[in-house]
Parts: sequence; C-alpha cells; structure tokens
Amino acid sequence: MLSEKNLAKIEQLKKYYPTTQALVLPVLWMVQEEHHYISEEAMKYVGELLQVPYAHVLGVVTFYTMFHTKPLGKHHVEVCTNVSCMLRGSAKIVEQLENRLGLKMGETSKDKKWTLSECECMGSCGTAPMLAVGDEYSENLTPEKLDKIISDLEHR
Amino acid sequence: MEKYILPDIAGFHKIDVYEAHGGYRALRKALGMKPEEITDEVKKSGLRGRGGACFPTGLKWTFMPKQTAKPKYLCVNGDESEPGTFKDRQIFEFNPHLLIEGTLIAAYAMGVQTSYIYIRGEYGKWIKMLEKAIEAAYSNGYIGKDILGSNFATDILVHRGAGAYICGEESSLMNSIEGDRGYPRVKPPFPAQFGLWGCPTTINNVETISNVPLIVNNGWEWYTRIGAPKHPGPILVGVSGHVNKPGVYEMPTGVPLLEIIYKYAGGIPGDKALKAVIPGGSSTMILRGDQLEGVCMDGDSLKAAGSSVGTAGLIVMDEDTDLIKVIARISKFYYHESCGQCTPCREGTGWLWKILKRFEHGEGRKQDIDLLMDIANNIEGNTICALGDAAAWPVQSMIRKFRDEFEKRVKVQAPSQEVLA
Repeated sequence: MLSEKNLAKIEQLKKYYPTTQALVLPVLWMVQEEHHYISEEAMKYVGELLQVPYAHVLGVVTFYTMFHTKPLGKHHVEVCTNVSCMLRGSAKIVEQLENRLGLKMGETSKDKKWTLSECECMGSCGTAPMLAVGDEYSENLTPEKLDKIISDLEHR
Repeated sequence: MEKYILPDIAGFHKIDVYEAHGGYRALRKALGMKPEEITDEVKKSGLRGRGGACFPTGLKWTFMPKQTAKPKYLCVNGDESEPGTFKDRQIFEFNPHLLIEGTLIAAYAMGVQTSYIYIRGEYGKWIKMLEKAIEAAYSNGYIGKDILGSNFATDILVHRGAGAYICGEESSLMNSIEGDRGYPRVKPPFPAQFGLWGCPTTINNVETISNVPLIVNNGWEWYTRIGAPKHPGPILVGVSGHVNKPGVYEMPTGVPLLEIIYKYAGGIPGDKALKAVIPGGSSTMILRGDQLEGVCMDGDSLKAAGSSVGTAGLIVMDEDTDLIKVIARISKFYYHESCGQCTPCREGTGWLWKILKRFEHGEGRKQDIDLLMDIANNIEGNTICALGDAAAWPVQSMIRKFRDEFEKRVKVQAPSQEVLA
C-alpha cells in the first residue's frame, strides 16, 4: 500500500508523537499521494498499521474535506467562490470552466480526466479570483489566463 | 514604517541571507536569559494574538505550569482559513526563519520539548517551503539537541491539516494533531492544563510567534512604541475585494481603515463609493462605508466601532455590491464548516443559509428578517466553540447596518382573493 520511503518516514515520525493515532493524518496524506484517493481497503490498512480501529480512520477520512474516498479526475480543478473571490468575479471563472469542459461544479468527466469543484477560501484573497489544481494555485485569473491553464492541462 | 515581519530583502527566506541580516541573534540572546525573563519581556511588550482573539500573548505563556512531570507542547496555528485572511502564507514564503526563531524562543521560554506548526492542507506548496527552512535550521544547529551549546533541546514539526476551517480553533487543532476529527473541546480544562495528550500546551498564531524575535532583539519598550498603545506592534493587514491594489501590507497597528483602503491599497476601482467593509475576516461584524471616519485597525478602535480586528483581513465592497449575496455566501461557508457537534450551530447555520438564499432570489418573506435575527441570537453564545458566534455575527451586523437591503428583497405578495373581492 505504501512505498518503502514512506514506511521509513512513518518510523521516523513515530519519534515525535507519543501515540500512533497522531500519525493518522500524515499517513492518510501518504496514501492519498500514492493512490490519489483513500479506499476502504486503504483505511483498513492504515488502521492496522497504526493500531487504531477502522471506524476511527473512517471517521477521520470523512470529516476532512481534502480526503477523497472515491477516485477523482486526473486534474482536480477547484475554484474558490468565497467572498473575496466572489467580489472579483469568481462566478465568471466558474461559468467559463463549466462551458469549456462541459461539466458542472462537483462533476467528474466520463474520461476521468477532469473533476470540477467549488471550494471554500484558499487564502488567495489578495490575488483573486483563483483556482487550484492539486497543490498548484493559479491566481489573478483572467479569461485568457484560464483558457491557457486548461489548454496546458489538456496536454498533460 | 520600517518592515519587520516582511522586510524587502531579496532571498530573505534563505537561512544565510537571514543570518547575514541579524537572523537568529534573538535566539542566541534568549538562550542567555532566564525563561521567565523572556515571558516577562513579551508580557510587558503588550503583544496581543494575531489569530483573531487579540489575547495578550505573554499572559497566555504564564498559564503554563512551571513544575510538571509531563512534557509540554507548543502548537503554532497556521490553519489560516478565515475568508479574507492570507497573511501567514506570506510569512511561510518570505520569512520562514523568523517564524522558526520565534517558535524556538517561545519553546525555550515555556520549556517546550516539541512544537507542532499546524498548517492548512491546501497550503501544500507553503508547507514544503517551511519544511525546507526547518531542515536548514536543524543543519545549522538552531533546532534539535544542545541548541547553540546551551543544553536546551527542542524539536519542530510541521503537521498538515486536511481542509477543515474548524481546525483553526485551538482545541480542535489539538484533536486534529492527535489524529482525530477536528471537534472542539469543552473548556475548561484549558490547554495550558490539559492540552495535547493531556499535557500542558500553548497555541499561538503564526504571526504572533513571528513578533517574538523582534521583542527579544529590541526590548519591550521599543515594541510598545509601535502603533496603537494598547495593541502595539507591526500587523499584517490583508486587503481584498474592491481595491486597486489588493495584498498583504505590513503597518503599525492603529492605521485608519480609510488610509489602508485609499493609500495602501490604492483606492476603489473606477473611483466608486465605498459601501461597506468587513474589517478582520468574514466572522467580524460588517461596517458601513459612511461610518468609517476615525476607525482604525486596532482592537480598541474597532471594538468601539462595533466590530473587531479579527485576523486583520479587510474585505472592501464598493457601492454596486450586492450585500445579500455576500451574506448568503458567508453563511453558506459557516454551514459547510460547522463540525456538527452542537445543535444550535449545526442546524442554525443551515437555516440561516436557506433563508438568505430566499432573499438572494428576491423571495424573502417580511417575517424572515426577524427570523434570521432570532436564529442568529440563538446560536450566539450557545455552542462549545466560537464558530457559532462567527456564523451569527455577520448576519446580525448585516441586518443592523443594512436592513433596507433585506427589505428590498422581500417578495411583494399578491393581494389575497378576499381583499380583491
């Protein structure tokens, strides 16, 4: 389930936390990074690895917005629509994205290439409007800039 | 004013540049002082928390027990999820060593063995930047065992969140570090008595901790002379919304909001009139643009004006802003982020949003305005943590300051058949 490198990192991390339960979030991040989502099997694995009940792991996974229990599209495009972005035209960004990709917010394309999501404030208020693809932020969006981002992603 | 938190020095995030400009000098000085002397210095400086509550930092540190067999912990709160707030991100990117140095001094002052810097999961890029800086600080002997030959040992770890606003609440943050759902805890017991794993713990905001090296280097008297006397120091103000130059500006506390909008942030596009501002992140009470004369960015001034400094995330709205849309979006956010533990917040935030959606679509009923107020009043003060208050205050203040906007969106009922007959 996890690479040797991550397993070694877990052993290293154990020194800094008095319980193994504290490693639930760090280990779930490793699982998601390697497998792009967290399956039921993965949750059972994490439970056994850290000696915490499966129910606890499930509870944690479903509490946090960033953990996904189903595979998403290859490119997960998230658009912030909270106040600061809204004031600077995030609705237009949403519209342009939906039209270009033929998807509604919250949907994944049939070819599993795209997932579109509306998200809460990402801390880009001073560079609004914005979108994020994974850890990568694109800020101060304009229609032209957005078109280019999507074109670049299409070829990846 | 000279900039201390975000100085204009190229490559300042690199440890050699930081050292060349006097970096880690405060740590060296601190390690030569008694821990309680440092706490005293911070107490006298008047530094108040920059995470929203404005609590006196030095006083908070004194709550930590001096004699205890248990390990002590420090959590540095970088969850930064309050809409309109984007300042801590600048510190991770442009001055990570100031944060690390502050964390080390705080750890020494309180006798902390391990510090966890909790950062929101969305900041993956900034987490990597900070981790790189921490690695460099370990290599140069500032973190770890026998720091600078002082016998003092302490560790710093970055702990990544996973997309939950509530984890910026201190007890929820601790539960998240413990590997649990981010549910806030009932207080008391307070973290200094029963924090992480039941051990004494202090939680401070990233920007707060970044002020500590300045105080140690320059002394508390120097610090008290910056900005507003009762809420001194430099402050990072994030300006967003309808301004020409949005961004994070470092300034002394106590700068008039109008000066921030028109001088720092370059005014409003198209020279439109100012309709309203949210001064310190989405949970702080909204203020009318025509009532901002003399209102300044510090705790006392904003309190007197009927709001609060919060995270100093100033959201600016011009005359054409649809405030009903704004408040509906804010309410949707709190509904999404309510952890669901307390009934008033779990249910109430959803009701607020649903009713506000009616107004947004011009379908409000006349009695809905009072109903919104009633729901908000019944959430406020009736929940374990402050998220309930944070959801209630924007709605209450919006109705108080802009009732006419709501009245305009009440659906005009067709006269009933009886009246027509």
